[in-house]
Amino acid sequence: MSSTALTGPPPPAPAAAAEEAAPARRRGRLTPYLLLLPGLLWLLVFFVLPVVYQASTSVQTGSLEAGYEVTWRFATYTEALAEYWPQFLRSVLYAGTATALCLLLGYPLAYLIAFRAGRWRNLIMILVIAPFFTSFLVRTLAWKTILADGGAVVDALNTLHVLDVTAGLGLTDGERVLATPLAVVCGLTYNFLPFMVLPLYTSLERIDPRLHEAAADLYARPATVFRKVTLPLSMPGVTAGTLLTFIPAGGDYVNADLLGSTDTRMIGNVVQTQFLRVLDYPTAAALSFILMAVILVAVSVHIRRSGTEDLV
Amino acid sequence: MEQYEPDRPSPARPSPVRGTALTRRSLLRASVGGVFAAGGAGALGACGIPPAGDARGAAAADDRSAQERTVSFSNWTEYMDVDESETRHPTLEAFTRQTGVQVEYSEDINDNNEFFAKIKPQLAAGQDTGRDLVCVTDWLAARMIRLGWAQKLDPSNLPTAYANLSAQFRSPDWDPGRAYSYPWTAISTVIAYNKKALDGIEVRSVSDLLDNPRLKGRVGMLTEMRDTMGMALLDMGKDPGDFTDDDYDAALARLQKAVDRGQIRRFTGNDYTADLTSGDFAACLAWAGDVVQLKADSPEIDFVVPDSGYLTSTDNLLVPAHARHKTNAERLIDHYYQPAMAARLAAYINYVCPVDGVKEELAAIDPDAAADPLILPDRAMAERSRAFRSLSDEEETAYEAKFAKLTGA
Repeated sequence: MSSTALTGPPPPAPAAAAEEAAPARRRGRLTPYLLLLPGLLWLLVFFVLPVVYQASTSVQTGSLEAGYEVTWRFATYTEALAEYWPQFLRSVLYAGTATALCLLLGYPLAYLIAFRAGRWRNLIMILVIAPFFTSFLVRTLAWKTILADGGAVVDALNTLHVLDVTAGLGLTDGERVLATPLAVVCGLTYNFLPFMVLPLYTSLERIDPRLHEAAADLYARPATVFRKVTLPLSMPGVTAGTLLTFIPAGGDYVNADLLGSTDTRMIGNVVQTQFLRVLDYPTAAALSFILMAVILVAVSVHIRRSGTEDLV
Repeated sequence: MEQYEPDRPSPARPSPVRGTALTRRSLLRASVGGVFAAGGAGALGACGIPPAGDARGAAAADDRSAQERTVSFSNWTEYMDVDESETRHPTLEAFTRQTGVQVEYSEDINDNNEFFAKIKPQLAAGQDTGRDLVCVTDWLAARMIRLGWAQKLDPSNLPTAYANLSAQFRSPDWDPGRAYSYPWTAISTVIAYNKKALDGIEVRSVSDLLDNPRLKGRVGMLTEMRDTMGMALLDMGKDPGDFTDDDYDAALARLQKAVDRGQIRRFTGNDYTADLTSGDFAACLAWAGDVVQLKADSPEIDFVVPDSGYLTSTDNLLVPAHARHKTNAERLIDHYYQPAMAARLAAYINYVCPVDGVKEELAAIDPDAAADPLILPDRAMAERSRAFRSLSDEEETAYEAKFAKLTGA
């Protein structure tokens, strides 16, 4: 991409030759932009325009009957935040918990696939990806059946008194799992797990096994090898995985809608309700922008701290 | 789109490193800068939605019904009779045979709110939605009429419909004399329960749902504001067709108490049927047409009509503004008001039939359906039904906002 930059300015040439070379070089300069053009156009139509439109909506006032006008009413933002901060907080909490759980479940799994699976590697990879072959909605609905009140899972958890513990922690309510925060967090974890496993696997798989051998030769115990070699080298995967999990989980509304109750509604549910039911388009747009800002801030802090600038 | 002001810093551009290099970092910075520049005052100010009333004068389009023998009809899923092959609609084919008008039938309505969001941009811009006939619930029909987004029907094309429409549905307050709309079906909101899950607990009223501690966390309510609030108002002895803001707030407070106590498990749309069948809902508010079908599949499901009454709403056919085949659409409406067609439809979809004189026809197809007061309401049933009154734009927004808060926003 930057070959011209690397080679630097061309050596001084006779005036005639320089004139001939000029158009070719100009074409060379344009090439990266031309290659970017389809992507940029796509972004313009499907990202920039909707964002501008929503930004405009967020500072409009009016009603369907009277029409909407841009009145630069920024109070919509403060009002939305004052009204719906619990749902924002809940979204960050649920998405954060689900991301942490995904990391805890996904890291050993990715490690196993990358280093220990041998000939089972492809099969396990397929098993990780297979759920994507069915619809997100159907997979979430399936959990309603699995976790149904009189079902085997809930019965077992009740017999083992697990639900007494989770109820004590405020995660469940009574003798059920569905329509509780636990169900929503589990749904998020389940649905976004592959987004964690795949980037982790890619970055683990790239690690040269000879580095492990070298570390062992230098008398590092396996735990030390993991801490000093594997984990630092897999950090780009950890960062990518947490981003790919946290961002969509934070805006998700399907899990909270199907597996949750009135006290587990996330910010995505509020945006949906405001936009489709209440028809308060400015508030819905303002909430979307606040969510975007919250996620942008969280993500930039995360990237800065994890120090993997490679990603951006 | 950009408007530059003299002393405003210009947006970031790809930095001309050695004249040529385009790095990923500089490009990202530039595009972020570009987004914010594009989002500048000029672009934002240019957006906005014109008032709906602007389109009112031009709601009618020139009718091409005579030249183009076609009509496009958007309906809900599973809201039309099918034959054994499940691919053909006998009553629609009868219409084409009788009139020579082809019907482009699409089942693309799944939710009133979503459907409204889908057709709103075209209607607001004064354009044809490509649909000549749509089927929407009464409050959305009322809103479309209020906004001038429906075409006035020509009674001379609707003789059968005019003669056969049941008295109960003749003059809703949002469309007096049915100038713009005709009901496709009527929907009764009742209480459904799962006998196995109830385990002997008696449920006869909304109060039982809200107050019985043994039902904690096992009660379902509907996300449709009018259904849930209407049933709560009836339970408190108020008429959903004539109530005040204070009545509404009182009913809301009563529901809020139940929500706070954890009595209500979930507010649902049509998916309550799954929760009810699995027994996660012991009892819930439900639409009678669904219950008739559920009962047929699982014997433990049954329903009760509260003594305080029940809420009736209608799904209505109307011709959206700027639709091109209004006359054909009117003929299609009229077609479904023939008792023979209405009976076939009612026998298949099991919702309340708004057409008079179908009893014999229906009894010939399905005697059970003809005797079911949920499909053909008898006098006792009809007397207990109430409709939710129409709301103004501001009322609707305020009520929906309050109700949204009840459901967790």
